[in-house]
Amino acid sequence: MQTTILYIGRDTEITIVMNRLLNARPEWKGICVCTDEEGISICKEQEIDLILLGNGINQEEETQLRNKLLALRPKVKIIQHYGGGSGLLYGEIMTALG
Amino acid sequence: MSQFILHKENTRGHANHGWLNAHHSFSFANYYNPERMHFGVLRVLNDDLIDGGMGFGTHPHDNMEIITIPLAGAIAHKDSMGNSAVIKSGEIQVMSAGTGVSHSEYNALADEQLNLLQIWLFPNKKNVTPRYDQQTLDVEAMHNNFQQILSPSADDAGVWIQQDAWFSLGKFDEGFETEYKIKKAGNGVYAFVISGEVTIDGQTLSKRDGLGIWDTDSISFKANTADAQVLLMDLPMELN
Repeated sequence: MQTTILYIGRDTEITIVMNRLLNARPEWKGICVCTDEEGISICKEQEIDLILLGNGINQEEETQLRNKLLALRPKVKIIQHYGGGSGLLYGEIMTALG
Repeated sequence: MSQFILHKENTRGHANHGWLNAHHSFSFANYYNPERMHFGVLRVLNDDLIDGGMGFGTHPHDNMEIITIPLAGAIAHKDSMGNSAVIKSGEIQVMSAGTGVSHSEYNALADEQLNLLQIWLFPNKKNVTPRYDQQTLDVEAMHNNFQQILSPSADDAGVWIQQDAWFSLGKFDEGFETEYKIKKAGNGVYAFVISGEVTIDGQTLSKRDGLGIWDTDSISFKANTADAQVLLMDLPMELN
């Protein structure tokens, strides 16, 4: 069974890399977007197991975004993704999923 | 009462990709150990051996303080901020990834292996403007002395980063003893032995062993061999 992971970050280049990295693993399905609106829309449409918040989201935006995402999916885990690349990704996701 | 965690060299994660022989003190890439996720704000300590001419193609980073210390050889670095540089053994490079930066890192020499330490710290402030710097280290000042090579301040010795962390590097004669005082209350110290054998707070450490110590304001140090070289990372224990 695939784990569906939504990545929201502001940098287009990093978002493309994240999409490639997440979908390189057969056990993960990655959906990567650059705007909060896209992320919220995807959350409305389908089940999400984990949300990664990437770069460029300021504190006020992050608070609002977390509230909106949790209102739609109260059980979803939301974590900060640091680093932008593959180095930390696997550990972050494994830790979040327990 | 101080607390500690010992990471022996042979317990590190290991990945041999042929051109890259990497040892990870903390979980990195496909090495995942839930007990080795970080020490305070220290998230990554990689000890990489890279074959001549080989390296990492352009890849992105964000919101991470990335410190690179070549131990042998030289790195060719290029980034999206327009920096193009070679960093040699005896130098240190720092990059605040902040809102996002892309870079490549290659062994600058075709016929010589590159050995580097790459260290990632969580920043104390997210989404800062990306920044790059490199400096030549004062190798003579490291003799029987923990010479500061990194701090949180642009006005202090060494490179500076977006975190309340201080790094010091020293090379010691056999039998040399000293005490290191932690720079900021609440910080811990992660000691990484680059070469030789040392004793820190009663723990004997060999080459590439790591020791994390916290809940203390100083540590005791003794060099047990003539070629002892140690990197001390004095850093916050709480994630921001």
